[in-house]
Amino acid sequence: MNPTKIASTLEISTPSDREIRMTRVFNAPCNLVFDAYTKPELLTRWMGVMPGWSWAVCEIDLRVGGTFRYVWHGPDGVEMGMRGSYLEIIPPYRIVSTESFDQKWYEGECVETVTLEESDGRTTLTMLLRYDNQAVRDGVLQSPASTGMEAGFSNLAALLATLER
Amino acid sequence: MCEIRSRDVSILRTLFRTAHFFTSCRSAVGGLYNRLVMQPATLSSPQLDAIFAALADPTRRAILARLASGDASVNELAEPFDMSQPAISKHLKVLEGAGLISQGQDAQRRPRRLEAKPLAVANEWLERYRKFWEANYERLDALLEELKAADTPKRRRTRGK
Repeated sequence: MNPTKIASTLEISTPSDREIRMTRVFNAPCNLVFDAYTKPELLTRWMGVMPGWSWAVCEIDLRVGGTFRYVWHGPDGVEMGMRGSYLEIIPPYRIVSTESFDQKWYEGECVETVTLEESDGRTTLTMLLRYDNQAVRDGVLQSPASTGMEAGFSNLAALLATLER
Repeated sequence: MCEIRSRDVSILRTLFRTAHFFTSCRSAVGGLYNRLVMQPATLSSPQLDAIFAALADPTRRAILARLASGDASVNELAEPFDMSQPAISKHLKVLEGAGLISQGQDAQRRPRRLEAKPLAVANEWLERYRKFWEANYERLDALLEELKAADTPKRRRTRGK
């Protein structure tokens, strides 16, 4: 077998109206993928390191009830932060956590479930984002302007505008 | 001038395949935008909001699907739906506001036609989202290779840099 990199594609799907699922295969055992997701010194090397953006804070207290805190610095002094707490941790197979952003871009909370499945030294990572606030979702679908999202959009529009400069 | 080329129709198909995605987008918009924002954005956010809001409704998606096969009058568009003409007109107004459809020249029929550009814009936005995560995961690929090498120090053939 040719040891060159096997093209691994990211699959994005929507199992339900409130969920987004991403799947990706990595050519490594799942304990390493788990580490890369949960150790600050490793996470900061790959997550969100886009041109112009850098990590400012990466704190992870990896235990049920423990919290995480991420802050990035962007162009023109833009700061973006998110936090959450761990609901379930099964090393190295499963992490369930809440996540919310400092900037209130949406109401309610998102629950992120990361599952890792290893087979023949390769790991399939599935990231499921569930936006589980039914009332907000329905509100958004029926009348975006009536929810708090509109204000969030304005903030975002301002932020995007600064990024465009 | 505004003719829908086959490429545009294929964009439309792609978007309909991920139709639920738009619904999710509206509820998930914070998370998605958050990730998008990490990349310098070139798309106008209010325009995108309007497009996604318009696409979040199944009736409006069905109207767009119908228009992808050719221009149609309001009556023709209302036909397959169990809806009053004013209700359909309301949907058309939303689609028009998002720039997804326009009105044809014929003053009598005033046929609506699909405008492909906003769909392409929405599609580009989705592509950015995908690219953001692909870039992340490619960096993770590289990191994992490094970790694997460090994980098997006993292997003689593997030499450090």
